[in-house]
Amino acid sequence: MATVSAPRKRPLADRIPVVSQLRQSIGLQRGMLIAGLVLLSLFILTAIFAPLLAPYSWAQQSVNGHDFGTQQPPNATNLLGTTVSGFDVLSRVIWGAQTALLVIICAIVFSIFLGIFIGLVSGYFGGWLDRILVVIADAIYAFPSLLLAIVMSIVISRGQSTLWGGILAAAISITVVFVPQYFRVVRAEVVRVKAEPFVESAKVIGVPTLRILVRHVLRNSTRSIPVIITLNASEAVLTLAGLGFLGFGIEATAAAEWGYDLSRSVADVTSGIWWTAIPPGVAIVLVVLGITLVGESLNDLSDPRLRRRRRAAGVAPAPAAVVVDVPESGEVAVPYSTDAEERSS
Amino acid sequence: MTDIRTEDVASVRDLTIAFATDAEPVVAVSSISLEAHAGEVLAIVGESGSGKTVTANSLLGLLPETATLSGAVVIRGREGEETDVVHATHAQLRAMRGRDAAMVFQEPSTALNPVFTVGAQIAEGLRAHQKLSKRQAKAKAVDILRRVGIPDPEKRVDDYPHQFSGGQKQRVVIAMALVLDAGLIIADEPTTALDVTVQAEILELLRACRDEFGATIVLITHNMGVVADLADRVIVMYRGEIVEQAPVRELFAHPREEYTRQLLAAVPHVGRGKSAIQDAAAPAPTSAPAGSLVVAQNLHIAYPGRFGSAGVVAVKGVDFWIGPGEVLGLVGESGSGKTTIGRAIVGLTAVVDGSLNVLGTEMRGAKPRRLAKLRPDIGFVFQDPATSFNPLLTIADCIAEPLVVHGRAANPAAARARVDELLDAVRLPTDFGDRYPHELSGGQRQRASLARALALDPKLLIADEPTSALDVSVQARVLELFDELQRELGFACLFISHDLAVIDEVADRIVVLRHGEIREQGTTVQVLADPRDDYTKRLLASLPVPDPDEQAARRAVWQATRTI
Repeated sequence: MATVSAPRKRPLADRIPVVSQLRQSIGLQRGMLIAGLVLLSLFILTAIFAPLLAPYSWAQQSVNGHDFGTQQPPNATNLLGTTVSGFDVLSRVIWGAQTALLVIICAIVFSIFLGIFIGLVSGYFGGWLDRILVVIADAIYAFPSLLLAIVMSIVISRGQSTLWGGILAAAISITVVFVPQYFRVVRAEVVRVKAEPFVESAKVIGVPTLRILVRHVLRNSTRSIPVIITLNASEAVLTLAGLGFLGFGIEATAAAEWGYDLSRSVADVTSGIWWTAIPPGVAIVLVVLGITLVGESLNDLSDPRLRRRRRAAGVAPAPAAVVVDVPESGEVAVPYSTDAEERSS
Repeated sequence: MTDIRTEDVASVRDLTIAFATDAEPVVAVSSISLEAHAGEVLAIVGESGSGKTVTANSLLGLLPETATLSGAVVIRGREGEETDVVHATHAQLRAMRGRDAAMVFQEPSTALNPVFTVGAQIAEGLRAHQKLSKRQAKAKAVDILRRVGIPDPEKRVDDYPHQFSGGQKQRVVIAMALVLDAGLIIADEPTTALDVTVQAEILELLRACRDEFGATIVLITHNMGVVADLADRVIVMYRGEIVEQAPVRELFAHPREEYTRQLLAAVPHVGRGKSAIQDAAAPAPTSAPAGSLVVAQNLHIAYPGRFGSAGVVAVKGVDFWIGPGEVLGLVGESGSGKTTIGRAIVGLTAVVDGSLNVLGTEMRGAKPRRLAKLRPDIGFVFQDPATSFNPLLTIADCIAEPLVVHGRAANPAAARARVDELLDAVRLPTDFGDRYPHELSGGQRQRASLARALALDPKLLIADEPTSALDVSVQARVLELFDELQRELGFACLFISHDLAVIDEVADRIVVLRHGEIREQGTTVQVLADPRDDYTKRLLASLPVPDPDEQAARRAVWQATRTI
């Protein structure tokens, strides 16, 4: 028994998805990821602390019995001016973050479980069920999500624009579009994983099918899900904004919503009133940008072929660094050098 | 660089290569120097991770961006022009590749582009370096295909890669390397992906490359038999350093270094395993003895086609049996149906005709519930230990899985005592149980795989090429362990392998398969020492032995079997 090191579990920080990737990243990829994470956390903090941050409520038109007035330019009372309806722009932008976050959460929760479940079942069992589900998924790709969202908003709230009506309309239409995406990604991974010998070895051992699915297949099939989640989230924000812009969103008195504010400011733009259009527009752009940056960099970092590494600094003549351990039997575990060989060949 | 002799086609001085990784940079090759003399076959041997492939790739400047090189790698062309690969520009490298040095890759089916004809691919290299018309390039392509032994080259030049067999594809790859008359050919495991009978043909062709084309060959391999067959000079590498360099006969006869000696001793050799201790005169049993664990009669196995169409019949009417406590070796080349038989015994593929009786259960049309009862009595060891463990579970959890599933333990933690016992039985330290599969080397993983297969004390073990993914020295230790455990625990075993030398180490009886049919069946010594079937004879003759003189004699025998 020579040198057997203690069980080396990877440190906790290396096992949490985003944190581990942040630690691995360098250069531009790191910059993208950090920028995305900063934007995203700003967005989430704004949404959570909206009641504290916003000077007024989203539907407040006066303070201390004194009207804001409509289309007022930025001033001491209304830091970003007021809208055509006399609402405070800054407050509406801040409260709008809450609405957007709710839509994102609903859309992800609705689509992720269903998508993963049918992807798992369809990919593992195959056969006719699989073919039918794939055809349906392909057909759904052909639907524009905005059209679905409009239909949903009519079905759910019969044209009434309440807070939850608008949120559910956006979230459900996103669900319809994104279930096939989760389905596809999970199914492709499952089809790959189920041919792996470790799944066959589980079958040979006699592991029940449900246990194979959960313990062996599902856990190895979720690599690409974080990327899809980010796509899903930005699509949800955009659909909500689109609904609001078309007038199917949420009424101004029910909740603050960026798309609605944008649509109301269309007329303002031509008369030189910039402060009603730009803040909600910038908010939408920054949130979608933040989510996309995180998604893109996660995608690059989770793929070892796309991940950039620091160049080996100088060639240190220290082959000792190669030797991971030398167990009694004399077999040498040199994981990285064989890895490098595979990559180079 | 005054010390480089002009007849050296390639010379490497103080080459060090390091790779950037997520963790510490890894030094793959440290400060090695070597040269390839004109007109010789230089073999670089070593186990995985020894840096042999990295060294070969550095000769062509084919290393990924994460690599940092220092030292000098000089390639000298036939006209005497020199290229220093380490410092050359991309344009210089491109001019050198193909003209002065060319590469033959391990896997011919991935080295050829499937959407172009082989003629177009050969012409592409030609036209990158010379001004030729399409017609001239094609004429040259036809000529080179003929010289590498592709029959009917005028027609075959317009065929696509999938229309060629594996061996022919490798010939085409070699033709691509030869067509520009490169002085140096780097062959990276050129025969590893090929069957042994095809391997012999390709080795013959590589010999012709040296003798007829005057090329210098740098041969990267882990197979000492191939080295003995082809090489003039051998460099042994270990962990990025050169351990020993010597002419081939000297190396095999009088290895100077301890490592080389161990490496040579680990190579299995037909005639030194069980066949050496069996009595050749003892008659082989002709029918299944009482208590046989597996009895196959006129067994047919087919893979279903898509949507009800007729599938591929992989096994066509074989009869064999596995007696109690017996190790049956199943030998055949790729496509012979040997793996299919192993999978059918555990119910992974369906029996379509005939009968397969496993531990008293008829597998033809067996219900899943009947199969579930069989599971605890059959262990299975897979070929590739890297993929046969769930990467997200620790080794202990993986080994505990059969115990938990069959109710011998409530959860993996409760099974730990038995898991430790098993790890001990396969000579692994018990704290390896807390590691993840990727933290173990290949040999260690295969031991763990054996531990998992034996967890439920099975009566029957199916081992599907359990050592073919391992280095020779590791293979030798795994085979030794297997033999010990088999004697200790007394399980019967179906041992599937393409390597007759490995089979000789473990098997009591041998079944030789070809194209889904049994060609020969008998005790190990009968099949290996006195083969009756022509195919078995050819298999044996094709197998290169790790001894240059003996191999030269065998080559003559092999030449004789080629005509049959």
